[in-house]
Amino acid sequence: MRDVAIIGSGVTKFGELWEKSLADLVAEAGISAIMDAGIDGTDIDAMYIGGMSAGRFVGQEHLGALAAEVSGLSELHIPSTRVEAACASGGLALHSGYLAVASGMYDTVIVGGAEKMTDVAGKEATNILASAASREWEAFFGVTFPGLYALLARYHMHKYGTTPEQLAAVAVKNHHNGSMNPKAQYRREITIEDVLNSTMVADPLHLLDCSPITDGAASAVITSVEKAKEYTDDIIKIKASAQASDSISLAGRSRFDALPATIEAAKKAYKQAGIEPSDIDFAEVHDCFTIAEIMAIEDLGFFKKGEGGKAAEEGLTALDGEIPINTSGGLKSKGHPVGATGIAQIHELLLQLRGKADKRQVEKAEIGLAHNVGGSGGTAVIHILEAI
Amino acid sequence: MDKVGIVGYGAYVPRYRIKAEEIARVWGKNGKSISAGLGVYEKSVPSIDEDTATISVEAARRAVKFSGVNPEEIGAVYVGSESHPYAVKPTATIVGEAIGATPDMTAADYEFACKAGTAAIQTCMGLVKSDMIKYGMAIGADVSQAAPGDALEYAASAGGAAYIIGKGNVIAEINETVSYTTDTPDFWRREGEPYPGHGERFTGEPAYFKQVISATKKLMEKMGTEPSDYDYAVFHQPNGKFPMRAAKRLGFSKEQVEEGLLCPIIGNTYSGSTLIGLSAVLDVAKPGDRILVTSYGSGAGSDSFDITVTDKIEGYPRNNIRKMIEDKVYVDYALYMKYRGEFK
Amino acid sequence: MGIARYWREIPQRYNLIGTKCGSCGRIYFPPRAICPVCRRKSIGKMEEYKLKGTGTVETYTIIYTPPPHFEGEEPYAIALIKMDEGCYLMGEIVDCDFEDIHIGMKVEACFRRIEEDGTRGAIQYGYKFKKAE
Repeated sequence: MRDVAIIGSGVTKFGELWEKSLADLVAEAGISAIMDAGIDGTDIDAMYIGGMSAGRFVGQEHLGALAAEVSGLSELHIPSTRVEAACASGGLALHSGYLAVASGMYDTVIVGGAEKMTDVAGKEATNILASAASREWEAFFGVTFPGLYALLARYHMHKYGTTPEQLAAVAVKNHHNGSMNPKAQYRREITIEDVLNSTMVADPLHLLDCSPITDGAASAVITSVEKAKEYTDDIIKIKASAQASDSISLAGRSRFDALPATIEAAKKAYKQAGIEPSDIDFAEVHDCFTIAEIMAIEDLGFFKKGEGGKAAEEGLTALDGEIPINTSGGLKSKGHPVGATGIAQIHELLLQLRGKADKRQVEKAEIGLAHNVGGSGGTAVIHILEAI
Repeated sequence: MDKVGIVGYGAYVPRYRIKAEEIARVWGKNGKSISAGLGVYEKSVPSIDEDTATISVEAARRAVKFSGVNPEEIGAVYVGSESHPYAVKPTATIVGEAIGATPDMTAADYEFACKAGTAAIQTCMGLVKSDMIKYGMAIGADVSQAAPGDALEYAASAGGAAYIIGKGNVIAEINETVSYTTDTPDFWRREGEPYPGHGERFTGEPAYFKQVISATKKLMEKMGTEPSDYDYAVFHQPNGKFPMRAAKRLGFSKEQVEEGLLCPIIGNTYSGSTLIGLSAVLDVAKPGDRILVTSYGSGAGSDSFDITVTDKIEGYPRNNIRKMIEDKVYVDYALYMKYRGEFK
Repeated sequence: MGIARYWREIPQRYNLIGTKCGSCGRIYFPPRAICPVCRRKSIGKMEEYKLKGTGTVETYTIIYTPPPHFEGEEPYAIALIKMDEGCYLMGEIVDCDFEDIHIGMKVEACFRRIEEDGTRGAIQYGYKFKKAE
């Protein structure tokens, strides 16, 4: 297995992009990644694209072929694969591309993720998102996606005393970070009161505890560390690429105060990278809901189990905190075009590691971690990147 | 020869209630005088996710649980209702599946306004008596319809009861049953129409009273009995007044009727009415007690039963339907309409 | 939901039929083809098992923003319930004031309407839960 590097990335604006189709978004992200990497399209050997449900959002399956066509790569007949792991589709696309390059099978691979969620009505989008859960044994009974995380939130609050204010603190922090991200869907600051006064979606999660419905795409180019030297001095090495699964339904889990898939993927990732959680300088974690970020920073080993809420409240995860979390604004403020999120996280890591995060730049940015989760924790994909 | 009778029973009334006064408030009527005039003070309201099938299942499951009958030995299930969830596709098979009686059983749905449940009992009696089946289940259940603002609205309510009919190990023997049936169009609902129509005062004398009194008289004549031979009398309860009036005319006392009269507090559960009333009596009956039951279904007809409680009732876990009825939550008219699915 | 798909699950939806591993005795709902603990040893040994229907609330939420099929029913309570047999499942809690629902509350299954396919389609029944005496 050889070492793999990321040599470029790009994201579209995230938001309600009425003028852009799924194909437009895929092309835009792909082009900006290729430009950033300084490669030519003909350098690409394979493509992996993550998308949760183009089939239900826009009636389109066979995303691999569509992506190849709109990026002008189908003429070259490169292998193009669509991967799916609900909201972890993006992370899975990178992991799949990583395996292809590390194995020596392909040299330069483009990975991406995209989702076009606003061509259907909001309620239908919610229904489609519920397919990340168990359709027969969860969604059938009327539980929504926010409902699943609300079940976890109440459990966490009951077991560790996590408060609604602590949940809100996560949203406030992420909106603050997002206000400095020109690509973010929401760029306005909010307060704890704003969160607690927003409409209750699924008790105890309010509207502002939940990530939005978003259109967007992101892309990155990876190649072997050896080959990367041909393209750039700014080499970002993938120190770890780990994936873990768990039951799709909450009822099948071994515990409800954590996501075991995250814990297991993290263990594998730290082992692969040969580091400890304390070696991570900053991280993009999967905050589909505020409680998800709190559980993530515990499951990733940054804070003790049960102390995630306190950490958020005390500013330990702020831009200038002990370990900045979600400097991009997270899914909450940046937006969550489901399939794109995993790669958008990688894009933020790159910006930070290269010192290009502008107003959001964290002081010490040498090793970053991206944490991408599918559904209520059925899949977790973790990447650790290092500037070398 | 073993007498045919009741092996088990189960009753169910939904948790929600609306007061007659609240209904009157919406329609600009005097609630107090309407309640007093009808003898109905509040009625049961089904929850938004309840219907005749769910009520039937709840009642049936209680009957199976309390009687200890092996559901695989139930050879027939008949559900009588005016509000089957489907016009075509039986409620009886949903119940059969939900109690584990399928597939070795026959089933059908019955309709005869409020007496469909007792018709089902008679059918089960025949099948059991002729040894065609070991046990039969007869259910009367409804989420009764009434047009908003109509006089029927004050009483039309939701509930049901299930009876397991068998031979030998019965908690109550059915000594005899007779029926009185005529073609009397007092109350009806056309196919596709959501609400019934009725003949107002015509529903009284020529309909309810003619059928109920004739059937009961015929039964007592056949049995050679008088009202004083019975400990309890249960009549169909469209309101709190009709059964009392029928009782008086037949020579029964208020005390004989009271135990089985639930209409004042749950309204008229249509196909469930007589059967839930009977379950309230069985809840307190003692071995040797004799019960007279006469149902009434518009259209019109009455089924009358002469029942003697056996000593096996002492080992039977009584339903305590009155206790179930006490666990209630009031709703206002808007919520009542919403729960009944009136806002589509 | 399609007719065949719903019908296939009637034993689970009406009667909480799960499976018991013939090797270790663990009970699973919904049914499983193999036991994740015994793995190979359990192949061919999974037996049908009917849950009692009683359990305790492990965690719960109140849904205020429902999915399309449940519009008009909100707010309603959904809980993750630990059944007495040890397995977990998810369901709605009915006939209980929200303030009374609590982690650890004992519940028992009841039979209710879950969904319907518009006014011309089939009605789908299934389990919900009430506070147990």
